[in-house]
Amino acid sequence: MNRRKFLLGGATAAGALIVGYAVWPSGRLGKADLLAAKSGERFLANWIKLANDGTITVVVPHCDMGTGIYTSLSQMAADELDADWTKVRAETAPADPLFANSGMAEGFGLEELNVPGDRIPTFLKGPTIGSMRIIAEHMDLQTTGGSSAVRFTGVYGMRVAGAAVREMLVKAAAARMDTPKDAFRTEMSRVIHVPSGKSFGYGELAAEAANYSPSSHPKLKEKSAYKFVGQPVRRLDIPAKVNGATQYGIDTQLSDMLYGAIRISPAFGGKLVSADETRIAQNRGVKKVVKLDDAVIVVADRFWRARKAMDTLDPVFDDGGKGDVSSKTISELHLDGLKNEKIKRDMKTGSGAETLKDGPVIERMYNVPYLAHAPMEPVNATVLYKNDGTLEVWAGTQDGLGSRAFCAKAAGLKMEKVTFHLMPSGGGYGRRLPDLWNFLTYAVQTAKAVPGLPVKLIFNREQDMQHDFYRPNVTSRFRAGVDKDGLPTVWVNDYTTNDDPNPEAHILYGVPNQAYGTVKIPAHVPTGPWRSVEASWHGFFVESFVDELAHEAKRDPLEFRLALLKEKPRYSATLSLAAEKGGWGTPLPAGRGRGIAMVECFGTIVVHVAEVEVKEDGTVKVRRVTTAADCGMAVNPDGFRAQMEGGIIFGLSAALHGEITIDHGAVVQQNFPDYDVVRLAECPEIDVHIHESDAPLGGAGEPGIPPVAPAVTNAIFAVTGMRIRELPVKKHALGKMAQAS
Amino acid sequence: MGIQLNVNGVVHDVDVESDAPLLWVIRDELHLTGTKFGCGIAACGACTVHVNGKAVRSCSVPVGSVANAEIRTIEGLGAGGLNSVQEAWIEHQVPQCGYCQSGMIMAVSAFLASNPAPTEEQFAAAITNICRCGTLSRIRAVVRDLAVRKSAKGVRS
Repeated sequence: MNRRKFLLGGATAAGALIVGYAVWPSGRLGKADLLAAKSGERFLANWIKLANDGTITVVVPHCDMGTGIYTSLSQMAADELDADWTKVRAETAPADPLFANSGMAEGFGLEELNVPGDRIPTFLKGPTIGSMRIIAEHMDLQTTGGSSAVRFTGVYGMRVAGAAVREMLVKAAAARMDTPKDAFRTEMSRVIHVPSGKSFGYGELAAEAANYSPSSHPKLKEKSAYKFVGQPVRRLDIPAKVNGATQYGIDTQLSDMLYGAIRISPAFGGKLVSADETRIAQNRGVKKVVKLDDAVIVVADRFWRARKAMDTLDPVFDDGGKGDVSSKTISELHLDGLKNEKIKRDMKTGSGAETLKDGPVIERMYNVPYLAHAPMEPVNATVLYKNDGTLEVWAGTQDGLGSRAFCAKAAGLKMEKVTFHLMPSGGGYGRRLPDLWNFLTYAVQTAKAVPGLPVKLIFNREQDMQHDFYRPNVTSRFRAGVDKDGLPTVWVNDYTTNDDPNPEAHILYGVPNQAYGTVKIPAHVPTGPWRSVEASWHGFFVESFVDELAHEAKRDPLEFRLALLKEKPRYSATLSLAAEKGGWGTPLPAGRGRGIAMVECFGTIVVHVAEVEVKEDGTVKVRRVTTAADCGMAVNPDGFRAQMEGGIIFGLSAALHGEITIDHGAVVQQNFPDYDVVRLAECPEIDVHIHESDAPLGGAGEPGIPPVAPAVTNAIFAVTGMRIRELPVKKHALGKMAQAS
Repeated sequence: MGIQLNVNGVVHDVDVESDAPLLWVIRDELHLTGTKFGCGIAACGACTVHVNGKAVRSCSVPVGSVANAEIRTIEGLGAGGLNSVQEAWIEHQVPQCGYCQSGMIMAVSAFLASNPAPTEEQFAAAITNICRCGTLSRIRAVVRDLAVRKSAKGVRS
């Protein structure tokens, strides 16, 4: 099965109705101890170690790329454990099949099947325990993506493991006192014998608790009993991020380490023509020039020497036959594709597109450009190819175990011969997901050229930006017919893609006749998941078109949306909360307007109200974004707010400035001046409100992004009467347009 | 031929070319990795350090130009502990991935040292560092908070 499809939608996991809580058979605990327990520590269940001194370590099968999941997952485990929070630590799980993330397999499996966990018949649970573990191992699954850590690893993994360990500790105390376990309760990392008041610390019971097997179905707490979940607990990782102590992949230091600077063919698919090594024969510290099919790496004793030598070497590449491909030719392909009506329909409701024949049609076309991820830590990896035929790798990726398997394959080694050290990532946003690992491939190839010496390959910013896997360029066409009140009765949406159809296109609004279709457009520009993935474009398209329909109907955009959400109280409540907090309908000074947009992404509904000022010279200033979000329950409300704030700023960078363009088959943009992002001067006031509901836990890292662009462009329309249908905003001369209108 | 570098109060003798960027000398010769590489062209501020108390983007400073200057990196900012900016940073739970935060903290610390109670405009114009995760609104909250404390102190004294 394709990993990306499995994780990010499109395929049905394993095709079977299976669920098995993520608990290891006890034989595995000993193996885990050997791999990841220090002296005085032991695993009591998957993901949880208990030390003799009472320290509880939550072992996280995800990378830390900044969303706070190490803390949130620890909160979830700690609550079920009745832990003393001051004794809780978190660490990264080893990149080993033993620590494959079964909770994630289970979550995505169930999501694809659309079956809530509590509706799975009990008889199916028992015999299939471990099925998801096997799937996870088979897929080398330790991925961080899809806003899945809390909702899947947390729900199916950490909570269950925490509760199981608590039960083991109670059993140990009961055995010590030779008393039924019902006489005990737990609190603050102690097992307390209620009648006598006698108590034992978790640490002192650890060795005895290890004699019991963790239950696969421990009793879980009710929401009302949570002490840590739902609280704005301070993040465990933050102290080391304010004093420079956190070591990211790029900070790996090894003795005798070499450094690699890379230059890849600018045109995708281009090949190396020449690299004249005599030019750098005299350069200090240069050790080797590694010539690959489509790239050159200069290896030197210091990075700056490698980079300087690369500039002098200045290798020549051909254009791979793509020299005539530009943003313009790509745009024409997309428009022609939609015009030619070779649409593959993938979903319809009611009479679908047939209904369009019944009356006048409102038709609009939208486009979003390619976007780079541009994490602040450029992609890099440190690799040591040892003379004994083993490989050791240090890197920040969004999947430690998957990276290990990938590096093994790249080096032609068995996985057992490869050690992978998963380092914290200086931003990910999808760039470090499986299938986007060109930096690992090149780093392994470089290391093989200098066996016995570790080499750190760093993409400088230009290479990082020009050899990313981009958020795709997508063009989308809508056609709608409306009733006498202006509400749509038919909604037809066709869009271009280089992948399978996206469920994210399907609208939340109540329209009786809907049809969706795609046109596949071949592209030589590599694409990949970008923070919020498909919702990042369909959110803009759908929420722009709904706004246009409201305008055509001469109805208020908020009221219009509410009229289409009559059967959906959770959505309309979130929408109304954002509108109320954002002052919807209240007067604003001249030159300012508000826009609203709502998108559901990875289980979380987010509504933004953007207040935008358009100055006479056309400058756009987003003054305020007011947000209402429903993620069921926020495990860490402050952390959730931080993710919404971050998502707004990330989304605003894309909406206002983000654009990767193509010329001569290559990316034009090179660094931050020409791929600019929002800085402090452009940062709006942000006000986030959490709307609690009984819905299953939703994601946090990604859902804040999709409604940003349409909220902003809808606000620009409110001020100027100009509808932006192509992002980014900077492409449009708003000043003149505003005057003309 | 060595270059003498005074970093965090310690003088180091480094054997590097005088045009080597200060950033890489700090990271790869002195092994102080808290200062980060982001863009290499002084566009993002991840590499910000203090040279004689002023914030500079070390990726674009030739090491030869700062011999004998007082250089401070994030590791030496709080003189063994945390300075008030770093403390406020924790209080406001600012960092996400954390990668740009050393540079942000260095830039904000130098700025507030020169202008303890800035206006919003002064602050926004002065701090142009990039954060991709989107911690900007919390960084602004830190500065507002510290500026208020500063002016409150001023009123009392």
